[in-house]
Amino acid sequence: MTMKNTLGKITAVVLMAALISACSSNDAKEQAAAQEAERVAAEQAAAEAQKKAAMQAAEDRARAAEMKAKRDEEKRMMAAVEAAGSIFYFDYDSSALGDDARAAIDAHVAMMMSNNDSVRLEGHTDERGTREYNLALGERRANAVRDYMVASGVPAYRIETISYGEENPVAYGSGESSYKQNRRVEIK
Amino acid sequence: MQTIRFWLLVAIMLGCNVAHAQLEILVTRGIDNPTAIAVAPFAWDGLGGAPEDFAQIIDSDLARSGQFSPVSRRDMLSLPTEKSEIYYRDWRAISARYLVIGRVSQGVQLRVDYALHDVERGTELFTGSIVGPVSEARMVAHRVADALYEKLTGIPGAFATRLLYVSVTRNPEGKDFYRLTVADSDGRRPIVLLEGRDPILAPSWSPDGKQVAYVSFESSRPAIFRQVLATGEREQLTNFMGLNNSPVWSPDGTQMALVLSKDGNPDIYLLDLASKQLTRLTRHYAIDTEPTWMPDGKSLLFTSDRGGRPQIYRYDLMSGKQERVTFEGRYNARARVAQDGRNVALVHQRGGKFHIAVYDLISERLTILTETSLDESPSIAPNGSVVIYSTKQGDKSVLSAVAVDGGVRFSLPARSGSVQEPAWSPLLFSE
Repeated sequence: MTMKNTLGKITAVVLMAALISACSSNDAKEQAAAQEAERVAAEQAAAEAQKKAAMQAAEDRARAAEMKAKRDEEKRMMAAVEAAGSIFYFDYDSSALGDDARAAIDAHVAMMMSNNDSVRLEGHTDERGTREYNLALGERRANAVRDYMVASGVPAYRIETISYGEENPVAYGSGESSYKQNRRVEIK
Repeated sequence: MQTIRFWLLVAIMLGCNVAHAQLEILVTRGIDNPTAIAVAPFAWDGLGGAPEDFAQIIDSDLARSGQFSPVSRRDMLSLPTEKSEIYYRDWRAISARYLVIGRVSQGVQLRVDYALHDVERGTELFTGSIVGPVSEARMVAHRVADALYEKLTGIPGAFATRLLYVSVTRNPEGKDFYRLTVADSDGRRPIVLLEGRDPILAPSWSPDGKQVAYVSFESSRPAIFRQVLATGEREQLTNFMGLNNSPVWSPDGTQMALVLSKDGNPDIYLLDLASKQLTRLTRHYAIDTEPTWMPDGKSLLFTSDRGGRPQIYRYDLMSGKQERVTFEGRYNARARVAQDGRNVALVHQRGGKFHIAVYDLISERLTILTETSLDESPSIAPNGSVVIYSTKQGDKSVLSAVAVDGGVRFSLPARSGSVQEPAWSPLLFSE
């Protein structure tokens, strides 16, 4: 009987302990799970932030590259415009654009397509022929450049033309070396 | 001291101004046997001394025609001012063909009484008198010269007229300096009408000689203005997009022909000066420019390159009909018609050189008058005898003139700068 009782008692104690311990082991599991979830979330957030930062950096790099490309392109266009010069030359009594003039105007057109600037085209002639006819000829030259620009896509309202005829020579002498410098359209 | 310095500065500035603008007129080639004429000093009835040496002005005018060789005062054996004081043998002795004597009296106005004597025949040919304002003493003398010239040649004189011209001082470092000047036909009494750093072009006269029109770039674009000489009052007539050029008054003074390119390319328009209404005359994709009126006001001549090269065309105002006028050579432009409606002065290109030529509308004959190579802007004296134009000498433009018959030649040197685009006034006085 005593044995039986003792055993019974032990069993009860063990059971209780087991129960207690079972209870206590459930609590720990929950805690651990929560901690784990937190850790995962933090890790995820960190990864997210890292990814975001990386994306931002990539974006910044791309933007910087783009800006640089744009600046390079602008520089290139500026250089092209500079190389092309701001004066286009013509043959005697002609308003036809030669290959050199076209190439030079192309450089200006590329520049104008990338900005919103307006230009003024000033037509000039050499001193041969009458002053008033030369005013008309100077205008014809300025218009030839304008028409070529418009055909290349520059809106006409951004181009003003004016003729000075033979009134504003670059070279004052009489002779072809002076004349060819004076038959021109200047872009301003 | 300050004041003296100030006035000195003003004097220097005025001096420079005159030096820039004043022209001299030299006969570079006269006729072979010019007629010897003696103009004895005129008597003076008035307070103080005479305002001008009238005989000297008349003498210079006649010499400037290239057709007369005046007798020097130093060679004159007597100085008559009355018919009774003339001893024809004194004048035969110094080979004078004609003698002019005169008397100037000053009342409210100036009055010159003069007489022309035929020394060879020993007779008085002609007497006359001219009255004018005291302030216009030189013009009064020029009018006497006009009357004498007409009596002697049968052609009215054009000494009592004025010249309009543009002078340019080149500035290789920056902008050139432009001046529009009006002066007497002998280059004296220059008056600057407009000056500045922007081009002045295409000056022309109103038919009464009281106003001028011109193109100015002062607004950084070409615009046409007219200006009253007496008051300096100015009116802007056009300021369209593109060319605003070549203003020329109609003979009746009511309209102006001009060139605009606002509708695409240069065409001739008429502007009614009272209503400011604009009428388009030509409609061509070529250059139409440089209009000029026929003296009857019924048609206009103009330059057009519609045939490929610049040539003179005529526009009939009644019918609107247009016809080509010049066919000789590759370049005929900037026509100006003489008062007879027959002789047309123009710029003609031959062998790469630009000369002044006269085209006869009736005989259809073209005669080249000049030998230089960059001649332009011809303008005919109102008596039809002489064409004034500008030509290139070195780096500068200078004025020259040539008789319509090609005989007598003149140069009009300026003291400095370029002088261009001369426009001879109409007759300013009708006797």
